[in-house]
Amino acid sequence: MTARRLFAIAALGLLLATSFGAGLLPKFSYSAQHREFTDAAPSLRFPLGTDELGRDRMARLLSATRVSLVFAAAASLGALILAALIGGVAGYCGGWCDRALVHGIDLMLSLPWLFLLLAVRALLPLNAAPLTSLLATYALLALLGWASPARVVRAGVRSLRDSEFVLQARAEGVTELRILLRHVLPNLRPILLAQFWTSIPLFILTEANLGFLGLSAGEPFPTWGSLLRELQDPLLVRPEAFAPVAAIALSVVCFKLLSPRGGYQV
Amino acid sequence: MTRRFLPVLVVAFTSTALAQIGGDLRFCLRADPKTFDPLLVEDDNSEAVRYLTGGVLLRVNRVSQQFTPELAASWKVDEQGRRITFHLRHGVAFSDGTPFSADDVTYTMNRLMDPQLHSATADPFRSSSIPPRITQLSADTVSVTFGAPVSGLERLFDQVAILSAHSPRKLAAVLGPFQVAEYKPGIEVRLSRNPNYWKTDAGGRRLPYADQIHLQIQQNRDLELVRFRRGEIDLINSVDPEVFERLAHDAPSSVTDAGVSLESEMMWFNQAPSAPLPSYKKAWFASQAFRRAVSEGINRADLARIVFKGHAQPAAGPISPANRFWFNTTLRPHPFDVPSALRRLQEEGFQMRNGQLYDGGGHAVEFSILTNAGNRSRERMATMIQQDLTALGMRVNVVTLDFPSLLERMTQTFQYEACLLGLTNLDLDPGAQMNVWLSSAANHQWNPNQKSAATPWEAEIDRLMRRQASELRPEARKRLFDRVQQIVWEQEPFLYLVNKDSLMALSPQLQNTAPAAVAPQAYWNIEVLRKSSQLAGNR
Repeated sequence: MTARRLFAIAALGLLLATSFGAGLLPKFSYSAQHREFTDAAPSLRFPLGTDELGRDRMARLLSATRVSLVFAAAASLGALILAALIGGVAGYCGGWCDRALVHGIDLMLSLPWLFLLLAVRALLPLNAAPLTSLLATYALLALLGWASPARVVRAGVRSLRDSEFVLQARAEGVTELRILLRHVLPNLRPILLAQFWTSIPLFILTEANLGFLGLSAGEPFPTWGSLLRELQDPLLVRPEAFAPVAAIALSVVCFKLLSPRGGYQV
Repeated sequence: MTRRFLPVLVVAFTSTALAQIGGDLRFCLRADPKTFDPLLVEDDNSEAVRYLTGGVLLRVNRVSQQFTPELAASWKVDEQGRRITFHLRHGVAFSDGTPFSADDVTYTMNRLMDPQLHSATADPFRSSSIPPRITQLSADTVSVTFGAPVSGLERLFDQVAILSAHSPRKLAAVLGPFQVAEYKPGIEVRLSRNPNYWKTDAGGRRLPYADQIHLQIQQNRDLELVRFRRGEIDLINSVDPEVFERLAHDAPSSVTDAGVSLESEMMWFNQAPSAPLPSYKKAWFASQAFRRAVSEGINRADLARIVFKGHAQPAAGPISPANRFWFNTTLRPHPFDVPSALRRLQEEGFQMRNGQLYDGGGHAVEFSILTNAGNRSRERMATMIQQDLTALGMRVNVVTLDFPSLLERMTQTFQYEACLLGLTNLDLDPGAQMNVWLSSAANHQWNPNQKSAATPWEAEIDRLMRRQASELRPEARKRLFDRVQQIVWEQEPFLYLVNKDSLMALSPQLQNTAPAAVAPQAYWNIEVLRKSSQLAGNR
């Protein structure tokens, strides 16, 4: 394991451990409004100060870290399962099935994601709890984010389908299901892993965009995107308000470092 | 009702030693004006150009809120309130030198009322099915006769810029202090001084003082702020409380809080019978006790102090205290009183169990407050209300939607439970609010387009609003509208939260400023605004 990957794992581990650990502390609330301490500077009580409603920035940042990392990973996994199914079927079956699914993938890739997300989100029930709306947002991301990995998966499956060892297995009378499960799928693992790691930062950044526009989780639930909204103030001079930017940048870099370099080998 | 005024505008001078006549003023428009035809104005940017270039018969003074004579030296409204007769000022000419006469007023009014023109400015003139009749009584006298009595008749003429009937320059010939000199789409509208403007200052000097106004098109408010801080523009007509505070911190003399404005923020519950909501929620929202309890559970003082940084005050009702004549001074904002709110809810059959409120049918009290995404003040208010109402055991979800989606839910599908939005009254007269208070009106937001009033109190508001519309005596109208405000205060179909202050940024170089609560707040007296020479030389 290279040093860069070790660094990435250590940094992400530290982020996750701190955020989960903070969640166990009583009185470390991301929603409590300390109305007598609005816009407070950093102090022992509030290490990153408070926001405009008097909420503890540190508590909100750690809660947002927990949510964004876990949910982005879950969305990435969901998108990957869809991508594996659709890309796998297209690549393995070939013919009209491949052509139809490739057209579907192209269509999905040509859609303006952000506007589609805005439109779909507007249709969600209003009475959803903040956590539910966040789940719905990430579920939408997973439903819309499978196309790009599916194209890579399809190419990989096509390559494997026509590979010599698969031809040999087929010639020896091995069933298609066994070929798929024993020969193709295990060899797809590097591709799937690469797609998993590269999708997470994509989803993190997409949620950050939505949150920045005020269209992610409902208040008071914090996400990295919603915390970035504080930076909309053009005259903001508090460096501690930039902590979510640092957290996003660090995690995105770490996920990039975790992604396998140099493609994959079959 | 006859009024006669001195023909000369009296101007208060300050720091005359520092001042020079002339110079250019600069400020921003949010977008390109959609039209330069003053009769077709519908957007704020076109309205700004109309205000700066158009000459009107009479004007509402933005500070005193009284009618003042402009192109009409005097006017008279007949006893039935159906006819207004203007006696025009003599010796006035358009910017191109064409003399002003009753022909121009007749031409303007006829053009305004032409159905083919589709002028939004003409809508208030069409209060009855019979269109107004314009009669030229002499070279300097014109009367406008309406089909039915119109209360507050004079106010209609504040926005009618008089056009020239004879000038070859058509719309380019104006009677206001400035004329359009150049328009570069997306960049700037440059206005130059009207050399024939009729007003003079106390010293007999012809107004306006400024030579030119550069209206720079700037959609991005952050960039507008940066340019103000650099001294590239002279004023920002409206700034947010955060920006105001930071500017005040850096340069206290560059910001002005003109006091409470006509703008209010409010929330309401959806009471439309066709709304796709469970019947028990409709019952909550229709309950006056429930609405009052929610109102008492909201800490308005905190909203004003935290969200608006103290530049707002708790609101009592539909009319802001900035509207001096029409505000019902007996009303007070509902107090923040959790015990009283809980008592009301208990009397209505609600019960608190383990910190959660349940109605008589055992349904947990939970609703969503909808507001427009991107408006941080409203999002903050909703979040504070969310926390306030936990003390009543109510679970509130704050939902932000892009404005078109919100509007669709509010006016088409009625798929919402509560909504938090703001209201800007542009007109001081309550006659302009008929489209809100009549139960049959489309903007009767909590339950619009009713065939007949759904509740006795809405029926009473209908009666009162119709009576005030046909009543000509201001004091009698005031009594009727005071009662409307009282009913709204009691029933709370709208929960008025705060009245925002009118905040603006004005360059310290600007002189003769007189910030007002009514639009255009910073430059309503544009003809006397000027910059000091010493500071101007630093630019």
